[in-house]
Amino acid sequence: MTTFKNPEKAHSPYILDFVPTPAGEVPRVTGKLKLRDVLGTFMVRWSVNRDNYRVSPGLYAIGDPTDSSDVFVTANYKLSFDHLRKSIDGLNAWILVLDTSGINVWCAAGKGTFGTKELVNRIRMCRLEDVISHRRIIVPQLGAVGISAYQVRDRTTPAATATLTAGSAGSTKPLKLSFNGLKVSGGFNVVFGPVKAEDIKAFIRNNYHATREMRRVTFTFSERARLIPVDFVYGKYKLLIAFALFFVLSGLTRKGVSFQLALEEGPYAVLNILMAYVAGIVITPMALPYLPGRSFAFKGFVSGTVAFVLTLLINFPGLNFPEMFAWFLIMCSISSFTAMNFTGSSTYTSLSGVKKEMKVAIPIQLISTIAGLVFFIIGRLF
Amino acid sequence: MDDFVYLKNVVTLELNQEKCNGCGMCLKVCPHEVFGLKGGRAHILNRDNCMECGACSLNCPMQAIFVKSGVGCAAGILNGILNNTEPSCGCSGNQSACC
Ligand code: SF4
Ligand code: SF4
Repeated sequence: MTTFKNPEKAHSPYILDFVPTPAGEVPRVTGKLKLRDVLGTFMVRWSVNRDNYRVSPGLYAIGDPTDSSDVFVTANYKLSFDHLRKSIDGLNAWILVLDTSGINVWCAAGKGTFGTKELVNRIRMCRLEDVISHRRIIVPQLGAVGISAYQVRDRTTPAATATLTAGSAGSTKPLKLSFNGLKVSGGFNVVFGPVKAEDIKAFIRNNYHATREMRRVTFTFSERARLIPVDFVYGKYKLLIAFALFFVLSGLTRKGVSFQLALEEGPYAVLNILMAYVAGIVITPMALPYLPGRSFAFKGFVSGTVAFVLTLLINFPGLNFPEMFAWFLIMCSISSFTAMNFTGSSTYTSLSGVKKEMKVAIPIQLISTIAGLVFFIIGRLF
Repeated sequence: MDDFVYLKNVVTLELNQEKCNGCGMCLKVCPHEVFGLKGGRAHILNRDNCMECGACSLNCPMQAIFVKSGVGCAAGILNGILNNTEPSCGCSGNQSACC
């Protein structure tokens, strides 16, 4: 944990130096983000080098923490870590980084890697009880999906530790320890902090109490916009396949496939598909509150229709009726499907709800895609 | 406009008020203000706001809350169906949300 070697520091420009503690040396990090951190964040958002953006799990110091300083818990995803250290810049505190395999707090909590077990283990491995004299650790509220405060307290009380050790040594009876006259510190007390790291200072000023606003998960325009790059890049291969398919289909005549025709009309087909994709993945999230309906598939269908009308106005005076109908079906299916995938990025959709919506939407999307293809081919052979 | 409500009457959330001791933990961990506290007992205020994250049931010391938790993510559910497993997100770390 605390055996950081110098080579590590060379790769971690955010580490300033090392602080001696009763549990060994702890790296001290800066709360200032450097150009490199900001660039890194940008790259991660566009899915470049995303999987290797991790921080070593363990204990870190920021400022000049003492044994009475606060402890903040986060995931070992570099963006979560950066966000936290930036938000508590100027405070003297400890940061406990859990091993979530480089996944952010919310996602990792959902998977259970940002969980009770990892937190309890990490507290032990870092010998946190030797570093601090109090027993309060601050966990971001969204971590509550994986971390159970009362279980952490139970599992970190000294008696629980003793029972565990005795149990694993093969003893059938749990070992009872009595601490006669000894003052034993209790288990660790998880306090759930605000949802957003930038509220931490206000949370502390408010006597470690998260206000109603700090506890709520929002889904504002900028929060939605930030998610778009990742989603946009996500479907790139499927998009390329669709491009290729329609390029070939565009060249279809009664006498076979004409390369000349594909070159002339293929770009329009590619543009239509791209418009539908953008309608689903960019327009739907942006205009989310203004699109009618509650299900994402329907919202995507609406923005797909808008995209269809736009393409009709722009570049298709010469379309015959089956072709027009085909594009309507295909564009709406693409938009509806990609919009539905945005449920994964949203902060308010439930598993039961998405399942219900998919049961209705997937068959419709499939059928209308197939029907669209059929109409398109009919239209080409007209 | 940050207040979104998803589909109505779908969530699996259940609260057993008999078991509740009024500790208020569920109010603290819920990101969508689903619970209220009255007369020393929790009650469900905004059922349709629940996103089935499971934080409340995991943190209720009295096991008074049940919810079949999971991530409301279409790609994850599709993966689950295709691989014949539970819904699983292929997420590798976005900023504020999953998948
Ligand atoms: S966490 Fe459980 S015991 Fe506490 S108020 Fe909520 S339902 Fe009641
Ligand atoms: S499952 Fe999550 S959103 Fe639903 S009530 Fe519990 S904490 Fe709130």
